[in-house]
Amino acid sequence: MGVGITVEQLNAYYGKTQALFDINLNVLANHATALIGPSGCGKSTFIRCLNRMHETIPDARVEGKVRIGDLAVYNGTSATQLRRRVGMVFQKPNPFPTMSIYDNVAAGLKLNGFRNRKQLDEIVEKSLHSSALWDEVKDSLHKKSGASLSGGQQQRLCIARALSVQPEVLLMDEPCSALDPISTGKIEDLIFQLKEQYTIVIVTHNMQQAARVAEFTGFFLLGKMIEFDKTEKVFTNPSDKRTEDYVTGRFG
Amino acid sequence: MASRRKGLPEMTTTSTAIVIPPISLWRRIVDRAMTGVAVLTVILVLLPLGAIFAYLIYKGIGSINLAFLTQTPKPVGEPGGGMANAILGSATILAIASLMGVPLGIGAGIYLAEYGRNRYGDIVRFVSDVLNGVPSIVIGIVAYAIVVLRQKHFSALAGGVALAIMMVPTIARTTEQMLLLVPQAIREAAYGLGVSRWRTTLSITLRTATSGVITGVMLAFARVAGETAPLLFTAFGNQFWNWKLDQPTAALSLQIYTYALSPFDDWHRQAWAGSLVLIVLIVGAVSAVRIAVRRGTLAGA
Amino acid sequence: MRTRFQQQIEELREKLLRMGGLAELAVDRACQAYTERDLGRCQMVLENESLINAAEREIDELAFDILATQQPAAVDLRFILAVTKINADLERVGDQAVNIAERVMDLIELPAVELPVDIARMATAVSAMVRRALESFVEGKAELAQAVLEMDHVVDRMRDEAFIMLVRKMNDEPQVTQQALDALLVARNLERVADHATNISEDVIFWVLGADVRHHAQSASVSPRTDTREQ
Repeated sequence: MGVGITVEQLNAYYGKTQALFDINLNVLANHATALIGPSGCGKSTFIRCLNRMHETIPDARVEGKVRIGDLAVYNGTSATQLRRRVGMVFQKPNPFPTMSIYDNVAAGLKLNGFRNRKQLDEIVEKSLHSSALWDEVKDSLHKKSGASLSGGQQQRLCIARALSVQPEVLLMDEPCSALDPISTGKIEDLIFQLKEQYTIVIVTHNMQQAARVAEFTGFFLLGKMIEFDKTEKVFTNPSDKRTEDYVTGRFG
Repeated sequence: MASRRKGLPEMTTTSTAIVIPPISLWRRIVDRAMTGVAVLTVILVLLPLGAIFAYLIYKGIGSINLAFLTQTPKPVGEPGGGMANAILGSATILAIASLMGVPLGIGAGIYLAEYGRNRYGDIVRFVSDVLNGVPSIVIGIVAYAIVVLRQKHFSALAGGVALAIMMVPTIARTTEQMLLLVPQAIREAAYGLGVSRWRTTLSITLRTATSGVITGVMLAFARVAGETAPLLFTAFGNQFWNWKLDQPTAALSLQIYTYALSPFDDWHRQAWAGSLVLIVLIVGAVSAVRIAVRRGTLAGA
Repeated sequence: MRTRFQQQIEELREKLLRMGGLAELAVDRACQAYTERDLGRCQMVLENESLINAAEREIDELAFDILATQQPAAVDLRFILAVTKINADLERVGDQAVNIAERVMDLIELPAVELPVDIARMATAVSAMVRRALESFVEGKAELAQAVLEMDHVVDRMRDEAFIMLVRKMNDEPQVTQQALDALLVARNLERVADHATNISEDVIFWVLGADVRHHAQSASVSPRTDTREQ
């Protein structure tokens, strides 16, 4: 089951540059929350703070409180422990190129020391079913490399890989920006189904996509969260002039 | 080309349509000439290699026979004899060198790529490049000083150490380069699954860069396999079979050196044969590793 | 900045205004025809109807096109939805003008009689409502639209009065029943036009404020937030 996310007074920096300013946010469990905003507004930085991926960049640091379920993200939890509970899907599909489809999905468990072959088989199959890829790859699980799949399939493979470690939260950083409309539609349908079991936070440049998949939408601008509300409110009658200008395309 | 362009609809909306002139004769000549130059340089590069190989075969093939590959050298004047002990010695020394140099080099490469993005890494990088430029004879002296003097006699081990020192910088720098080529996104994918950093480096990054790293290793291997100078006062050479690692050991390159400098025609012929065998063995070893790696690679990877 | 999109929105606004002008003109002409018993004006109203219908189709097509290709959001989305609804209302206004013109043509053939109903006054009120509703659309001002909603009650009362008076007239003087009935239908048609003007105003409020004020959905708080429209 998914868990909620609470963010209080989050500030993030790249060296001396501040990328996020005093972000406060509550993400409801088992809902999809979309983050929109122009490039460089901090929305990707924000979700990378949620699983402590931000700090893998040299000189990057974070201040503030983040709670994922009952876990205090920046207080006494190790990054690796946290990341097993918070899956992430990236902008460009990034399967491990030298691994088979099976090994790609099993990688998270195997590399964390999980060895039970039978259970691994089950989890791999279940994860691939969840990401709607099973039927397309079941005959070449061990024969083909993850990199041999099409872009859309690769992204669904990455989703399966993220699901295999059974996280509670799924972070998606522009998961469809490199995909064609058909693949995008499949991933959106998937997000709809995955909401039942996971809490989803999705960063997207495609506003229609945010409107389609998410119940809540946050608008970021210059490192600040300008507006956070129900998606339909943000897209039909936003409260802030800047949000309105952005969603109507008058921005800039 | 020019006549075909007429049929195309006008691309510009302004009245001053851009007229692209047909490709001039001069440009076509330059184009051809440049292609020709490129082909020529390739031939010039490949020519010496082909020539050396052909000449080695021409000079050496006549002296290669079963005895050459299975017997030890005969004293001067006695016909026959071979370099079997030198082939074995070379293999032993190279195995020792690889066992020491490859892990060390890869380890250093991992450090440089994954943890060495700082001042200390720069120092290591600089030292490694300097080491790469140190004349091989000097490295031989170093191995002599740290192994031979302590053991009180020449040995395969000392030869191996000398070659290992030569392998490390090449392997380290290529490993570093190959690891840096692995996209950050691949590492992030692993971090995102809760995989620790060292585990990610070993199981994901290094594995992704495998073929490149192996190229580096093979490059280093091939380079030191033919080295003679560092073996002169480390492995020293031996006219007889030697199975012990701490005793003077024959090596193909040493044997070739000794025989080629001798005044005897028979030994000259043997030196040619030895050179051919050495080259074939190097090419064989490198190819074998390449094939083995390709076998393990999945379709589409 | 989506320039082409803004141009399309502007085009849609202009088309709807032209359509509004046509509908308004039709009502005015029909009312004048009533007071002046002018057959020529009746003819003009009938002829104009096809223009209104054509304009309606054009606006629908453009709105449809924008929706399909531009995926408008927020204020633009509300604007286009409002335009399509206002469009339908304006077309109905045109229909009512035709109905009035037909009643007038009927009346002209009958002997003129004095009737206890001030159609001219009602017509003035109704066409003021239509004009105000269109003005609120042009200016994007919810306050103007709100005023139209209040005027609707006045017109409703006029219609009720006309009913009572005309029915009484029919009872008292059955020989003028035909004329009284025509006048009653004209009053009813005018009241319908007022209803359409009310709908238009409600759509304008929805567009400007994002608030649904139809059927007293909620007490619309008409606070000036016109800045959202600045482009």
